[in-house]
Amino acid sequence: MVNASPPPSNVTVDKPTRRDLLYIATAVTGVAGAAASLVPLIDQMNPDASTLAAGGPVDIDLGQVEPGGQVVILWRKKPIFVVFRTQENLQVLRSRQLLMELADPDSKYLQQPPYAKNWHRSLTPEIGVFVGICTHLGCIPQFDPLPNASDPATNWLGGYFCACHGSKYDLAGRVFRDVPAPYNLPVPPYRFTGDTTIRVGENPPNEDFDFSTIRQM
Amino acid sequence: MEGHSQYTPKSGFARWLERRLPILSFIHDSFIAYPTPKNLNYMWVFGAILSFMLVAQIATGVVLAMHYTAETTLAFDSVEKIMRDVNWGTMLRYAHANGASMFFLAVYIHIFRGMYYGSYKEPREVLWILGVIIFMLMMATGFLGYVLPWGQMSFWAATVITNLFSAIPVVGTSITTWLLGGYSVDNPTLNRFYALHYLVPFIIVAIVALHVWALHVTGQNNPSGIEVKDIKRDTVPFTPYATLKDGVGIAAFLVVYAWLTFFVPNYLGHPDNYIEANPLVTPPHIVPEWYFLPFYAILRAIPNKLLGVIALFSSILITAALPWLDTSKVKSAVYRPLFRKEFWVFLAVCIGLGYLGAQPAEGAYLWFARLFSAYYFLHFLVILPVIGRIEQPEQAPESIEASIIRGETSHV
Repeated sequence: MVNASPPPSNVTVDKPTRRDLLYIATAVTGVAGAAASLVPLIDQMNPDASTLAAGGPVDIDLGQVEPGGQVVILWRKKPIFVVFRTQENLQVLRSRQLLMELADPDSKYLQQPPYAKNWHRSLTPEIGVFVGICTHLGCIPQFDPLPNASDPATNWLGGYFCACHGSKYDLAGRVFRDVPAPYNLPVPPYRFTGDTTIRVGENPPNEDFDFSTIRQM
Repeated sequence: MEGHSQYTPKSGFARWLERRLPILSFIHDSFIAYPTPKNLNYMWVFGAILSFMLVAQIATGVVLAMHYTAETTLAFDSVEKIMRDVNWGTMLRYAHANGASMFFLAVYIHIFRGMYYGSYKEPREVLWILGVIIFMLMMATGFLGYVLPWGQMSFWAATVITNLFSAIPVVGTSITTWLLGGYSVDNPTLNRFYALHYLVPFIIVAIVALHVWALHVTGQNNPSGIEVKDIKRDTVPFTPYATLKDGVGIAAFLVVYAWLTFFVPNYLGHPDNYIEANPLVTPPHIVPEWYFLPFYAILRAIPNKLLGVIALFSSILITAALPWLDTSKVKSAVYRPLFRKEFWVFLAVCIGLGYLGAQPAEGAYLWFARLFSAYYFLHFLVILPVIGRIEQPEQAPESIEASIIRGETSHV
């Protein structure tokens, strides 16, 4: 009986057994279970039902806005600029001098609903509606509608100036070149509910723009 | 490393406990008999100072939490209540707020000490990386805590920092919304920041335990950068030598901390944070706390949002690669003539970035910020690797003891 015991057969080691299947099945179930239980733990941080409900549309009466002026309202706790542009303002928006300084003069980036993808970035030329949050780091740009040689920047044509890091926008919320802010000011969905009233947060009839699809707040 | 003496339990209770949980011998080996290089200078007391500050911040923080309300309409008032009504509240809050500044002061000295003496080099790479993780967690904690008083700077700091994440392509806005728990910084944001501000320090405690563990495996570096060769000749026991030296360091540090807290408690703060948060008014000049200024300067130096954010995070993460970027085998700057000069230039650049971070991002300030930011990255990516190759190191002594005999004991 010298060397009688056979060496352990490789076949029994390599061949999958019922136990291997159980190990794999247990591991897969465990991983799937752990992943599934992470969903509520992570998703609870997203906006809750009350926050979403409070983000509903807001009405504003434009009777209180004077030509050349603006009002700021809150929608979803964000400042919304509603600006009443004069004819002079509108001429500047189309001036060659201004257009050459803009990063995205034709609103190529999705920062506005399709019905505001025009030279004035709004439904009607006079009334502009923008989310008043700098696309750089979220400061509120100042409303500086009057042209000025030096204040707040040289050869200022009128628009919005962000004092935090020096970003500049025109009165259609279009961002300038060579400033830290990358995109135009977002235009929220809005529609006219009467001659002088608008509703921010709701599209005009037959439009289905989803504000969450914009490039960047 | 093996200690100077073996622990032998003396009392009956100690023997009883030792057989069930050998915690007494663990403490003895780690904090009493643990061998420390003979030539450690006062730059080596900041580890103990940081441990002290971590405990101090948790202690003052826990008691402040007993009076604070994390709700947007009540938070600002609850902090004022702490300042006016709560027994010792003014002192506790000032101690906590200035404690954060002192914590960062100590950690910056600790980090630059590690850079000067090459403490990140083989075999201490893991020790160093754990330190970088602790530093990042400290920054997160500092930021989260700064939001809690719900002043103007709190609110706008939260807005600016969470907006950094919106620079991420495609998913940026969703991530920002997820972080905020809403469309903008609001009550859900404040609530979660409070929960996390309470949690992260305890994660820091856990990483500090790993940091100290790694330190006790490799042993401490020392001003000569030479490894311990002979425990008897090169080291002294932790207690009393290091214990008392650390004690002196902590006492001196406390003098500065107490002076800040008692005499100029608002010196490092920003007056705008005594105005309640207002989502409709941006302060004219948003500035972070002083300890974030160099990184803020790097962020603003780059006129492209995504690249600016990448530069900001890279400037912190790049320090984790230091053990591999520094190609010199010699640890201590004491024996590295070129690196010794470069170290002070780099330190000046970091302080310069800090100064520029507090200035408006325009004109000459902006150009200097760009120049210094470029130098910051060049230091890590080009200058350090090249110096390691071309430098002729000076002759280092063969042992720590020989270094002491050569009179190199005090490179403070």
